[in-house]
Amino acid sequence: MNFKTRLGLGILAFFTLIAVIGSWIAPYDPSAMGDDLLSPPSGAHWFGTTMTGQDIFSQVLVGTRGVMVVGLVCGVLATFLSILVGVTAGFLGGAADEALSMLSNVFLVIPALPLIIIVASMLPSADTVLIAAVISLTAWAWGARILRAQTMSLRRRDFVEAARASGERTWRIIVFEVLPNLLAVIGSGFVGTVIFAVMLQITLSFVGVVSLSTWNWGTILFWAQSNQALGQGAWWWFVPAGLCIALLGTALALINFGIDEYANPRLRKVRA
Amino acid sequence: MNEVALEAKGLVKTYKRVRAVQDVSLVLRRGRVTALVGESGSGKSTVAKLLARLVEPTEGEILLDGRKVRRVREYRRKVQMVFQDPFASLNPVHTIRYHLTRPLKIHKRPETVEQLLERVNLPADFAARYPHELSGGQRQRVAIARALAAHPEVLLADEPVSMLDVSIRLGVLNLLLDLKERLKLAVLYITHDIASARYFADETFVMYGGQIVEGGDSESVTQQPAHPYTQLLIESAPDPERAVVALDAPVEEVAAVSAGCQFAARCPKVQDRCWTDAPPRSDVGEGHWAACWLYVEAAA
Amino acid sequence: MTFLLRRGLFYLITLWAAITANFLLPRLLPGDPVQAMITKLGGRLNSDAMASLYILFGLDEKKSIWEQYVDYWGALARGDLGLSFTFFPTPVADVLSQSLPWTLGLVGVTTVIAFLLGTLMGVYAGWKRGSWMDSLIPVTTFLSSIPYFWLGLIAISVFSVTFPLLPASGGYAAGLVPEWSGEFIGSVLEHAVLPGITIVVSSVAGWILGMRNMMVTVTAEDYVLVARAKGLSQKRIMFAYAARNAVLPSISGFALSLGFIVGGALLVEMVFSYPGLGYVLFQGIGAKDYPLMQGVFLVITLAVLVANLLADIGYLLLDPRTRREG
Repeated sequence: MNFKTRLGLGILAFFTLIAVIGSWIAPYDPSAMGDDLLSPPSGAHWFGTTMTGQDIFSQVLVGTRGVMVVGLVCGVLATFLSILVGVTAGFLGGAADEALSMLSNVFLVIPALPLIIIVASMLPSADTVLIAAVISLTAWAWGARILRAQTMSLRRRDFVEAARASGERTWRIIVFEVLPNLLAVIGSGFVGTVIFAVMLQITLSFVGVVSLSTWNWGTILFWAQSNQALGQGAWWWFVPAGLCIALLGTALALINFGIDEYANPRLRKVRA
Repeated sequence: MNEVALEAKGLVKTYKRVRAVQDVSLVLRRGRVTALVGESGSGKSTVAKLLARLVEPTEGEILLDGRKVRRVREYRRKVQMVFQDPFASLNPVHTIRYHLTRPLKIHKRPETVEQLLERVNLPADFAARYPHELSGGQRQRVAIARALAAHPEVLLADEPVSMLDVSIRLGVLNLLLDLKERLKLAVLYITHDIASARYFADETFVMYGGQIVEGGDSESVTQQPAHPYTQLLIESAPDPERAVVALDAPVEEVAAVSAGCQFAARCPKVQDRCWTDAPPRSDVGEGHWAACWLYVEAAA
Repeated sequence: MTFLLRRGLFYLITLWAAITANFLLPRLLPGDPVQAMITKLGGRLNSDAMASLYILFGLDEKKSIWEQYVDYWGALARGDLGLSFTFFPTPVADVLSQSLPWTLGLVGVTTVIAFLLGTLMGVYAGWKRGSWMDSLIPVTTFLSSIPYFWLGLIAISVFSVTFPLLPASGGYAAGLVPEWSGEFIGSVLEHAVLPGITIVVSSVAGWILGMRNMMVTVTAEDYVLVARAKGLSQKRIMFAYAARNAVLPSISGFALSLGFIVGGALLVEMVFSYPGLGYVLFQGIGAKDYPLMQGVFLVITLAVLVANLLADIGYLLLDPRTRREG
């Protein structure tokens, strides 16, 4: 494992820890108003305060959980869907493949963001889990497309034929011969989906279609934007949350490079 | 006469517009090796896949012990296959133990993995290894062990040594011969190396353009080849790779002669009727025949 | 012909799916927000406007779902997308046709720039693998991990608030009338700089990375080795042999991810209050203006499909295999 991958895993572990213990170690109630209005970072408020005196550091800590939960739930759901569609299409071929590929391409091309915005704003209560489910429905297609291509190249390999020739049943060949060879691709698809889901959730919170009663990094940015934090020069209101998003995204991308390099030896660093 | 294990009658396989196999009939007998010789693209591997029931024939039928077997799993208990490339035919993520346990479980056989390994002269501790830790010859032995796990009557060996180093080919072929004797296997040995057919097989068929053009006992086919194609194959030995190059003709030309003899475009002794009429089989010796117009007058 | 037929079928199915989703969503999801709106607007709606909202949102319970579907297609065919609540009583179609050119100009141009720039940089990064170009990767990864809208916020705070160099919002200076004058065009360009750079910076990294990996893979192919052995110039091998083959998957990836990219770019418009579809969508969210939001969705889908068609033509020109089949 190289440095980049370890760095990625380290950052991810850090945020996972915060997601678990964030609400206990937060120094203030993130929604409680205080007397220091719109004050820059200080010893009492590490990330400064909002217009109503809420502690931004506590908001970031508490908001981590919502982000990580959506990422995880979407990652699992969408990866499951992409395996189901992609591997089936690639393995069966023929008309089933045509139909399933068409389905994933349609889901890929249709702009997900405006569609989800419409769905989210029509839902009477857009809570975290529901949003995660909706995001998953739009996030599986890319992974399915890649898995299909990989499965197709595996299907023609001799060991799949050999398994058939020795009498294995089709479902066993898919699950025990093909899937283990796809683990790297599935892993990188999972990580990619988590990035996608986290970004989408934060975006939805930022534009204000998701319930604002639970904190996540996007909600912080929503309040910053709607209170004209920019115009007042309150950079501390939107910089920490944004940096956290970028850090988490970078960490996941670095992990993905690690998986890619493991799976595709050509991408490994040339050593002199 | 040894008992018939597998019989193929009039097999045809068509892919879209390409006729990969045209009217191939074969008989495999227990305790005997039958060689199927041809260059790449001759359709010999398709014949192996048809006989392994990995692809469905467009026409024709396959009889196992004299009857059609409907259930594929029952068929596979009796007919097993060894693939050409031992680097591709073992799943890189599974141990040797997994590869050998599966057929034992599927076909409910009592042997242990260690017994199977011993049968192909591999040490028992190989069971815990992964394919990439083995050499090509060792992997091919594992593939043979896997095929034998089902207790087959018929072993289809699709170029089993062509991907191996020359120095270890003989060892693997001798192993197959030994197993054939001990287990009374009917072996189909598919190869592009006609010289090895003489050494290894009792009976040899030569395939060209999806058809069998000559057949008979290996000694006569390889020592007195009758069909011009077989003659060319033997002349260009011992380097079988060169044979492919020397015999090469443009694909369009080869495809154009669908009505007559498949080999007309490349045949040094081509006659006018070769282009229009398919040659019938003529006897050229004791149990030795060729499908070529050269021998039609002689026989008549 | 197979390639074109297949793609044509794909476009039709996608369009049908988008329109049908638009039709079904307000009918499937609980709650009746449009009814609430209509009640609120009360007598200010004339009977025609009322009728089209009924068709679009399925408030007419007496009709079967099938009849409603037929009516819906009829309304779309007439270009009737209902009335916008936000810009009441302007029809949605009018709002969209005013904002569409702004989006096409900003998002279209910057997306193409980002793709070309990123692909070119990816070609170099892949070709010069192991050189200093490799150190660009973590930087670009970080940039691509930043949400579009947040980068926009930072850009505003640095270049408009801290150092007031460029305008922070709008498509042109207040007080100007849209016309073909030097002053107006200059103002438009000035307003497009910040949002444009934001879109390019946050989307370019993906293209660099994808193209780099494809180049690395292609560079190891035999035909590149042969080209080297023939003694062709580095430049010629890089572009005519390696890049030409590596760019094909990049183009199909470009086409398929357009929907995603355009979604991100809409957010930039929201942040910069740029008068395009994204900002219209943003205003629609606040007012729960469903006719407007759904109209934006349809128009964007249509635009993405047209862009896909253009990418297909590009692919056709670059890949002789599809040409022969066609």
